[in-house]
Amino acid sequence: MSRRRRRGRGRGRRVSLPAPVLALAIVAVVFFALPLIGLLWRAPWSNAWHYLSGDDALTALRLSMVCSLWATGLSVVFGVPLAWLLARVEFPGRGVVRALCTLSMVLPPVVGGVALFFALGRRGIVGQYLDRWFDLTLPFTTTAVVIAQTFVAMPFLVITVESSLRQFDLRLEDASRTLGASRWYTFRRVTMPAIRPALAAGAVLAWARALGEFGATITFAGNFPGTTQTMPLAVYLSLETNPEEAIVLALLLIAISFAVLVGLRDRWFGRIDRPMSTVAA
Amino acid sequence: MTLSAQISLRLGTLDLHADLDVKPGELLALLGPNGAGKSTVLRCLAGLAPIDSGRIALDDIVVDDPSTDTFVEPEERPIGFVFQTYLLFEQMSVLENVAFGLRARKTPKADARRSAREWIEGVGLAEYADQRPRSLSGGQAQRVALARALATNPRLLLLDEPLAALDAGTRSSVRRDLRRHLETFDGMRILVTHDPVDAYALADRVAILDAGRIVQVGTLAEVTAHPRSRYVADLVGVNLVTGMVTDGVLTTDAGAHVVIADAPPGASFAVIRPHSISLAREPSERSSARNAWNGTIADIDRLGDRVRVGIAGELPLTAEITVAALDALQLRPGDDIHASVKATDIEVYPA
Repeated sequence: MSRRRRRGRGRGRRVSLPAPVLALAIVAVVFFALPLIGLLWRAPWSNAWHYLSGDDALTALRLSMVCSLWATGLSVVFGVPLAWLLARVEFPGRGVVRALCTLSMVLPPVVGGVALFFALGRRGIVGQYLDRWFDLTLPFTTTAVVIAQTFVAMPFLVITVESSLRQFDLRLEDASRTLGASRWYTFRRVTMPAIRPALAAGAVLAWARALGEFGATITFAGNFPGTTQTMPLAVYLSLETNPEEAIVLALLLIAISFAVLVGLRDRWFGRIDRPMSTVAA
Repeated sequence: MTLSAQISLRLGTLDLHADLDVKPGELLALLGPNGAGKSTVLRCLAGLAPIDSGRIALDDIVVDDPSTDTFVEPEERPIGFVFQTYLLFEQMSVLENVAFGLRARKTPKADARRSAREWIEGVGLAEYADQRPRSLSGGQAQRVALARALATNPRLLLLDEPLAALDAGTRSSVRRDLRRHLETFDGMRILVTHDPVDAYALADRVAILDAGRIVQVGTLAEVTAHPRSRYVADLVGVNLVTGMVTDGVLTTDAGAHVVIADAPPGASFAVIRPHSISLAREPSERSSARNAWNGTIADIDRLGDRVRVGIAGELPLTAEITVAALDALQLRPGDDIHASVKATDIEVYPA
């Protein structure tokens, strides 16, 4: 990655970009920067600390963090085996299963929330039994937030890990076995380290998606401060009542996401790129 | 320790039926063309590919026998494997690679690392111990792969084309190193190669594997002196004719007759060396050659001052003549030609 980028930069210095291309690219950059500038411009800087340290904001932030980390954890626990299945096991209908498991990436989140509601709600296909047998009601609970976030976030992890498993040279596992390593030891010491950068990248993507989750959460879990009102919901709600608070909370979310992207980019995404560029070279 | 293997396996288009025996301390080279099933034999021995039928036993321990449902997992077999592309673990240092097998077998970390360091010193790479495999040259990577395989103290070492991944310039020096390191190992060794030079330099005995069958076993000198397959005949560069001998005449399946000096009747091989074949435009009535066949010239290959002439016909042959003879005869592909050989120039042995 770093090598490729350096080469790219060198080329940029020598070959000038055609003016129309450059103009369009600048428009694109402005398009992404403008909303941020708009928020920064309207931000009530003198009152910012007041809003951030307020109970509502802290509660929503804490809930967002807890739920999104749970969702990320669940995505890893179930997503890695799922990626394994999709990458390694040939079975009829694999393409359909893959489409099914990644559908929520392209589905409008509200639709996902509605679907979850009719599956796990009190009168849902599974929910009615949870209610009857275990006295368990999921909708409008913090658990529902985690489920909604996992539902939309896990595919990001699955496709990242699956593609890395597909690139992995299976003969390395053969080599490990002939050296006396069991299947489990081989998985831990040979396969896992090779897919770890992809796993980390997938987990970050899934976490970011879970943190920003709005539609499925509000549909399936509702909007109750303290139990289901995450940051995006709090932003949306306070836009009606207190736009200044909405701006501050939005900026906080942006700051967190931006910090994660910038901070992890070179560390994790860079590591994924490097072996690829070696192969290409 | 001895190895006794009867391997039967169908894998895609490969139909493998190979029997192998390796004696204690012996290095057997498995030589054959690409796609003959050589690597698959190694995978079967290592347990990476279960056999369909047959039996693989190390001494009296059966490691694979479908008829009794016996299958020992690869990690339980006393086997070391050096892969063609070495397959070193990129995310580990050279030291960790070599210590991997011991660690997998639950050797304490300090002991495993000490032993691995000795192995790395043994192959002369002590200063690379803490580096990643990516920084090694092909020959160095091969030595690490060898040290990694030997560090677990296997009884049978399998080497799959260990020199094929190297460029021609370094191959001979790496081959010399490999020979030296292999000599320090007292267990059984099986080397897969498609290069007879490797077999000649490294092996005690050679088994020729062609199209999934072991067609010949012996020292390389024995094997090349009396080829029993088209593959070996091509390696040595002689014409191999198979057929039935009756009354001093060998008759091929295609119906060609080869008059021979004297040989017992029965299915036989005949070797006709290209330089003992004479070519003529017209059949010669007065010749001591007992054999004369008609054919057409299929191809002409110049090799220095010699020319190899491929002849198509009832008995396909390759003849070797001088450039001067080629010029004198004005031969061109498609020309009719008469090839003759003295019966005493043909070597015959039972099939």
